[in-house]
Amino acid sequence: MVTIDSRGIYYRDLNRMIKQAINDGAGEVVLKNVNGQRYIGDGLRGSQRIVIEGTPGNDLAAYMDGLEILVKGNAQDGVANTMNDGTVVIYGDAGDTMGYAMRGGQVYVRGHAGCRVAIHMKEYQDKVPLMVIGGRAGDFLGEYMAGGILVVLGLGLQPGEDIVGDFCGTGMHGGVMYIRGQVADYQLGREVKLVSLDEGDYQRLHAIVQRFAGYFRLNTSRIMAEPFHKLIPYNKRPYGDLYAKA
Amino acid sequence: MVGNDGWARPWELQGNHRREGSKRIPSGCAIAGMINRKGRTMSGVDAIQSIALMHDRSNGLGGGFAAYGIYPEFPEHYAFHLFFDDHKAREQTESFLNQHFNIELGGPIPTRKVVGISGAPLIWRYFAKPKLEQLRVAEMKEDDFVVNMVMFINERLDGAYVFSSGKNMGAFKGVGYPEDIGEFYRLDEYRGYIWTAHGRFPTNTPGWWGGAHPFTLLDLSVVHNGEISSYGANRRFLEMFGYRCTLQTDTEVMTYIFDLLLRRQGLPLETAVKAVAAPFWSTIARMPQAQREVLTAIRTVYSSLLVNGPFSIVLGSSQGIMALNDRVKLRPLVAATKGDLLYVASEESAIREICPKPERVWSPRGGEPVIGMLEDAMPKAVPAPPVTVCHL
Repeated sequence: MVTIDSRGIYYRDLNRMIKQAINDGAGEVVLKNVNGQRYIGDGLRGSQRIVIEGTPGNDLAAYMDGLEILVKGNAQDGVANTMNDGTVVIYGDAGDTMGYAMRGGQVYVRGHAGCRVAIHMKEYQDKVPLMVIGGRAGDFLGEYMAGGILVVLGLGLQPGEDIVGDFCGTGMHGGVMYIRGQVADYQLGREVKLVSLDEGDYQRLHAIVQRFAGYFRLNTSRIMAEPFHKLIPYNKRPYGDLYAKA
Repeated sequence: MVGNDGWARPWELQGNHRREGSKRIPSGCAIAGMINRKGRTMSGVDAIQSIALMHDRSNGLGGGFAAYGIYPEFPEHYAFHLFFDDHKAREQTESFLNQHFNIELGGPIPTRKVVGISGAPLIWRYFAKPKLEQLRVAEMKEDDFVVNMVMFINERLDGAYVFSSGKNMGAFKGVGYPEDIGEFYRLDEYRGYIWTAHGRFPTNTPGWWGGAHPFTLLDLSVVHNGEISSYGANRRFLEMFGYRCTLQTDTEVMTYIFDLLLRRQGLPLETAVKAVAAPFWSTIARMPQAQREVLTAIRTVYSSLLVNGPFSIVLGSSQGIMALNDRVKLRPLVAATKGDLLYVASEESAIREICPKPERVWSPRGGEPVIGMLEDAMPKAVPAPPVTVCHL
């Protein structure tokens, strides 16, 4: 294990030090006093672990391929941008556009997430990205989502607080969302509908929630006791006729 | 927003003649703001450190600060900060100022030499009050008179720009990274109860000293990340009220919009916000009747002041700060509190750099203002009488 005190280190230097530590064979890199350094874990391939204490900067784990990143704090915008594989676990909140074009791997957030989360997340064959948000998510959740699994648990909501924002699933044309709570019709984009879960959905969700609960020491059955709603797109190609009628 | 303007493009100013876009600079502007709601003052060092953490959001073509409470020795004087291209412009402007104002004290704003800051214009400061006989002749209230003088200088006097005109506050800005600009203006030597800061990455308009943020008028200041697609419509509406857009940057309209709505028309801040970042009609349709009628009226009367395009801003005034996103949140904004302090910034880390353990951190929704007023802020003035167009 290698520990780096990151205080005051410029992001390029810090990322060089992380790569160096991994190339030298470290299985785990612990970054203390991180504050605002961008691009941590970006483009790295492997099975190592990076533990971040503090507030990492934008585009954490972008293009990451493998690795596990634990954030003991809040994350900023653009987490898991175009991530290919690996796991990101955030013990606090996450910012906007998390999982932008994410194509594989898993993200678990204990707290809330910002706007445009999972925008254009996608899947192909066995590459199916998974994102679980413990609290609530902001407006434009799953905008243009093309694949993958997105779960919002709504833990710790204040009375009257919405679990998702407006324009949820706008332009969505693939993948599935599971939302543990109520979503009003006006909050939905025109391209999605709410449906009931079947037995297969619940089995799949149980396994996902179990893994989430494991990271944050929560009780799986208590989370599963509340009803979920499933959100799917009407159509795989909602804009297919936009410019030319078939 | 100002195209074909004859100004040198930013990359030319840098001596780099490659085409725009040939080099990828992963930037967006940075904004930050802070207020001590009890009115206790902080040195400029906090504001510099906060904005400096977001160094890579700007590209060295603009940085600036607004600070409130910094001139307690001149609380009733307008503190004019001006850029002059040369001493001829200064002499011409001083003669104009002397005609209309009693100047208590004037001179260059103290600066220090900083690597990375070059090509500065002449930067002068005047503490002044309007001459009473001039106010009588103009038949104007003092603040309208000052606004007209600012507009006149910026539009008509060649090579002179007023970039700050409030009482007991000041803007400090220029071409460079914000932390260098702060060093250049010796902001560590000032103390204010409100600071706002900006790091610029100019996209559509030139990087020049007058185009750096904040944009101010009287005691209002705006720092802005984003672009205002409705600039033309906003500008045409504002021109009917005597505002002149002369600073080659879209953000300027934001300052004048808030001056018009808050000072001249006496709207409450929350109402002004609804004009600028109006809720969608579909959202208004779901509101209870009374609220729906008010919002419908605001959107109808002030349709030309709707600010379209992505933005996050911090509005500063002597009474408090307000941070706001466009209604679909296309630019970053985070807020945090600790005790009497409210912080806002483009990135959470910029707040934690100067306040490592805030009590509450949150990310406001699009169109949802974050407001921090002084605890003893004066009650909102009664609406002004009907406004007449001020002619120059």
